[in-house]
Amino acid sequence: MKKKLTFAAALLAASVLGGMANAKQLVYCSEASPAGFDPSPWSGGNDFDASSRTIYSRLVEFEHGKTTITPGLAESWTVSDDGLEYTFKLRPGVKFQTTDYFTPTRDLNADDVIFSFERQWKKENPWYDYLAGTGWEYFAGMGFPDLLKEIVKVDDLTVKFVLNKPEVAFLPDLGMDFASIVSKEYADQLDKAGTRQQFTQKPIGTGPFQLVDYQVDAVIRYAAWDGYYGGRQKIDDLIFAITTDPAVRAQKLKAGECDIMSYPAPADIAGLKADPNLKVDEQEGLNIGYMAYNTTQPPFDKVEVRKALNMAVNKQAILDAVYQGAGQAAINPIPPTMWSYNKNIKDDPYDPDAAKKMLTDAGVKDLSMKIWAMPVSRPYNPNAQRVAELIQADYAKIGVKAEIVSYEWTEYRERGKAKDRDGAFQLGWTGDNGDPDNFLFLLGCDAIGQSNYAIWCNQEFEALLQKGKATTDVAERTKIYEEAQVVFKREAPWLTIAHSKVFMPMNKKVTGFVMDPLGIHRFDGVDVTE
Amino acid sequence: MLRYLLHKLALIIPTVFGISLAAFAFVRLLPGDPIMALAGERGVSPERYAELVERFGYNRPYVIQYLEYIGRVLTGDFGISLATKRPVLGEFQALFPATLELATIALLIAVLIGIPAGIFAAVKRGSWFDQATMGVALTGYSMPIFWWGLLLIIFFSGYLGWTPVSGRIGLQYFFKPTTGFMLIDSLISGKSGAFKSAASHLVLPAIVLATIPLAVIARQTRSAMLEVLGEDYVRTARAKGLAPRRVIGLHAFRNALIPVVTTIGLQVGTLMAGAILTETIFSWPGIGKWMIDAIAKRDYVVVQSGLLIIALIVMAVNLIVDVLYAVINPRIRVQ
Repeated sequence: MKKKLTFAAALLAASVLGGMANAKQLVYCSEASPAGFDPSPWSGGNDFDASSRTIYSRLVEFEHGKTTITPGLAESWTVSDDGLEYTFKLRPGVKFQTTDYFTPTRDLNADDVIFSFERQWKKENPWYDYLAGTGWEYFAGMGFPDLLKEIVKVDDLTVKFVLNKPEVAFLPDLGMDFASIVSKEYADQLDKAGTRQQFTQKPIGTGPFQLVDYQVDAVIRYAAWDGYYGGRQKIDDLIFAITTDPAVRAQKLKAGECDIMSYPAPADIAGLKADPNLKVDEQEGLNIGYMAYNTTQPPFDKVEVRKALNMAVNKQAILDAVYQGAGQAAINPIPPTMWSYNKNIKDDPYDPDAAKKMLTDAGVKDLSMKIWAMPVSRPYNPNAQRVAELIQADYAKIGVKAEIVSYEWTEYRERGKAKDRDGAFQLGWTGDNGDPDNFLFLLGCDAIGQSNYAIWCNQEFEALLQKGKATTDVAERTKIYEEAQVVFKREAPWLTIAHSKVFMPMNKKVTGFVMDPLGIHRFDGVDVTE
Repeated sequence: MLRYLLHKLALIIPTVFGISLAAFAFVRLLPGDPIMALAGERGVSPERYAELVERFGYNRPYVIQYLEYIGRVLTGDFGISLATKRPVLGEFQALFPATLELATIALLIAVLIGIPAGIFAAVKRGSWFDQATMGVALTGYSMPIFWWGLLLIIFFSGYLGWTPVSGRIGLQYFFKPTTGFMLIDSLISGKSGAFKSAASHLVLPAIVLATIPLAVIARQTRSAMLEVLGEDYVRTARAKGLAPRRVIGLHAFRNALIPVVTTIGLQVGTLMAGAILTETIFSWPGIGKWMIDAIAKRDYVVVQSGLLIIALIVMAVNLIVDVLYAVINPRIRVQ
């Protein structure tokens, strides 16, 4: 066994070090250092890119470039009629990565699946607290602690999830990063050695790449994993060159120091497009930027007032000035690329005169209010301060006096949740799993105090939301959500501002990169032509 | 001498406590809190929030939190990063050589160019060289580092293609760090071209980081030299018929050196502050970038311990400078 281990390690080292000269390499200029390589405790996109999408796999996967679910580590599954039991048949012969610090003695089995979830779920699990103060935020945020009743090992390659209530988004949830499958055998080895911390520093997964080296804040090196169940990748080495400043990333791409980069600054896009060696892919983002009224506070508790304020805003001016052609006006709370998007709904027209009259009719005079502006740039709203200024000017035209307020980013979100919050609050959302419920839940009664910044609890909308959660038939769900969008538009708890575009600049020699609607950067299937 | 050293050390102890208190208070005075910052936009439920606050002890009185913190520090435990869950000291040790290498090269550039420029400007007082040097120094001193760095990248890396854009070494060179200093490690690695690659990566960040200290040193050298050049003993030396080079080099410069050395010592603090921005622009994996990330994430443990460690280093350097004075100039010991 020892001989085998040494040989495997030598092989890996040889392929990485010795084969450097003729290895096919892809360099990705990433935006931030990962907090660690365990896919479940953290929630940043950069953490997922560096861990879950490169090193690990999940029971189900999102189809490349889409939000539809395909088999992953589970080759098939069945759902009980009551929607409470999901039984997964695992793919046989899936290998965990072999490195100089771990050599698996068995293939993936049900124990690994159970361990992957129980460590995030059960407080008595010794791995629940292996990183001091880990919140397992995504597991908790997706409602898994309440949703899961038990996970049962039927046999080595069959595992059954029993739920407390039906949850139609359960399958897409299992395709999310936090649901990546880790190795129980590796965890046991670390347990014995008393080096649990290593789990997040020296990861072992079943994904397309394995970690070779991480120089903190500088470079992450991966090598293609020969035993990947989906087949060996065309590139041999994948390198993340961590470059925090977007302007510097753009310069590195132009200089050929990296092949592909994330999140270009809007100001750099034209220059990148003009470079003959580069191409810039773009895609409608699965996101929405919005402004939530506090529907519990007068006069925003009146629908006509919210409608009037919506009609006073010139969205086109915002799109031109802030999104600079990289966005489209939002009508519904879900983006148009999402299934169940209701195309028949018309946006509130931009009509300041009518808006002014509606306010007068509603008995609102000399209204003074606050407009909240996020202190940070987000993909769904690159400059909330500028958006606030434009809205402020539009409101002035109908006689509404608005004051712009902003706070430090975490403070901002905290204050926004206050039930007596004054004024309209800008924020947005980027989808996690491609399910409409992952957007509409933001307006659910349960989300008040957490992500429902409109503090809006409409019984009609809530009933549809709950009905949608309990319905498995997609056509039926589509109808339910289309109706929910009608209710939303009629009640106007938000000013829907925009859906932004996402750009991915890369060298023309990069082929096979598919932009992901969920904002993930995946490098399986990518090649580099010489 | 021992008494002098003890006196200096006695002054350091309250300073260390003062700084630890300031660092502890600083992060807590910032708006926002680490648990919400770590949770991201998804947030955490109020129950989970309360649980984590309890776990980290942030609900206890500040005095207790501080005393516990200082107690751990005194035993050499600087804590575990809230964001990465790695020991702060370990992270610091991994990143500090990068900052030290950059700061050393920057200081060398600043001294090797700043002092001769200052001397020459003083000797040729009022000449075009003097005016140009002081003009450039003033500009350098006033230049926002962030803008200056980007400007150099766009021109030298983007337009001329002479230097790499960012990072510490070309990605084709992969070896495990031995010392953490890339110039040395690249030599040890024996890979051809590695040293050249590491050196070329250092050029722009070192120039950017050196700009302000260089300006300060040049201006300080000039004014110290001007003062000394007006002294009687310099006039006497000239009257004796000594060669101008000897008068300037031996009589004037040596006496002008004391305030210049003081200034150079003080530049260590400036270099640490400058490293924060320089490292961010050039993706230089050092402690400056580390601190910025920690502040953004409200990583209390990293910010308070990181600040304390950096302050300890700056104080140690200043202590060494003070001791060197005392060695060079016995009058200082007596005072």
